[in-house]
Amino acid sequence: MSSIPLAAYLLLALILFCIGLFGALTKRNAVIVLISIELMLNAVNINLVAFAKYSINPGLTGQIFSLFTITVAAAEAAVGLAILIALYRNRQTVNVDEMDSMKR
Amino acid sequence: MTGEMIAFFFLALTAIAGGVLLINLSNVVHMVVALIFTFIAIAGIYITLSAEFVAVVQVLIYSGAITIIMLFGIMLTRHQEKEKRAPRLKVILTGLAIGLFFLIMYGKIKDLDFGQQNAELHIDNTKKIGIELYSHYVIPFELTSVLLLVALIGSIILAKRDDDEKEAKK
Repeated sequence: MSSIPLAAYLLLALILFCIGLFGALTKRNAVIVLISIELMLNAVNINLVAFAKYSINPGLTGQIFSLFTITVAAAEAAVGLAILIALYRNRQTVNVDEMDSMKR
Repeated sequence: MTGEMIAFFFLALTAIAGGVLLINLSNVVHMVVALIFTFIAIAGIYITLSAEFVAVVQVLIYSGAITIIMLFGIMLTRHQEKEKRAPRLKVILTGLAIGLFFLIMYGKIKDLDFGQQNAELHIDNTKKIGIELYSHYVIPFELTSVLLLVALIGSIILAKRDDDEKEAKK
C-alpha cells in the first residue's frame, strides 16, 4: 500500500505537461522545441504508470504501454533531429520563426 | 510523513525545478542539461510507483540517448548562444491559455481516487513485463522493431548530404 494519493502524481504530470507545452510554444530554437515535446511525452508516461498502479484493476498494462510510448518518442526524436539537420543545411537556421517556406 | 512521501516530494521538486530552469535559462546547452535532472527525477518517480523496469529504461533512453542526441543537434547547428526571447505579448497570451488549461485540468483531477487495491507490481517486475511482452503483446512488440528500423533508415536518408542532386544542378 502506498501513502501517496493518485492526485499527487497526476498533478506532477500536469505541471510537467504545462511546462513542456509552454516551452514548445514560446521557445524559438527548434532543438529546444523538440526537447519540450519530449518533456510532454514524459508527463503522459507518468500518468500511464500511475494509473497502472492505482486503477480499479491494477496491472502491468500501463507500464507496457509506457514502454511503447518511450520507443515511439525515441524514434520521433531521431527523425525530428534528422529533419532539423536537413533544414539547417538548406536554410542555415534553426529558428522556428524563420521556418515559413510553406506559408509564402 | 513517511519516507515514501519525503522521497516523492524531493523527486517532484527536482523534476519541476528542471522544467522551470528549461523555461528560464538563456543558454541552450544549459537548458538541455537542466532537463537531465527532470528525466532522472522522473525515473525516481517510476520507482515509487513500483515500476523498476520502466525507471531503468527511462534513465537509459531519456537521460542517456535522447539528451545526447539533442546535444549533438545543438552542436551541429549554428545558433545564437543566448536565446532570444519570443515577443512579450505572445509569451503572456500563451501563459494565460496554458494557465487556463492547468486550472481546468486541476479541477478535474484534484479529487480523483479509485481507492487503492493491494497490487504487488514490484514483485518480479521485469520478469512479468517480459512474459507479457512475449505473450499478450507480441504483435505490437514486433511492429515496434519495424518502426525503429523505419526511423533509423529514414533519419539516415533525411540527414544524408544529397551529393547527386548538387552535381545534377551543376
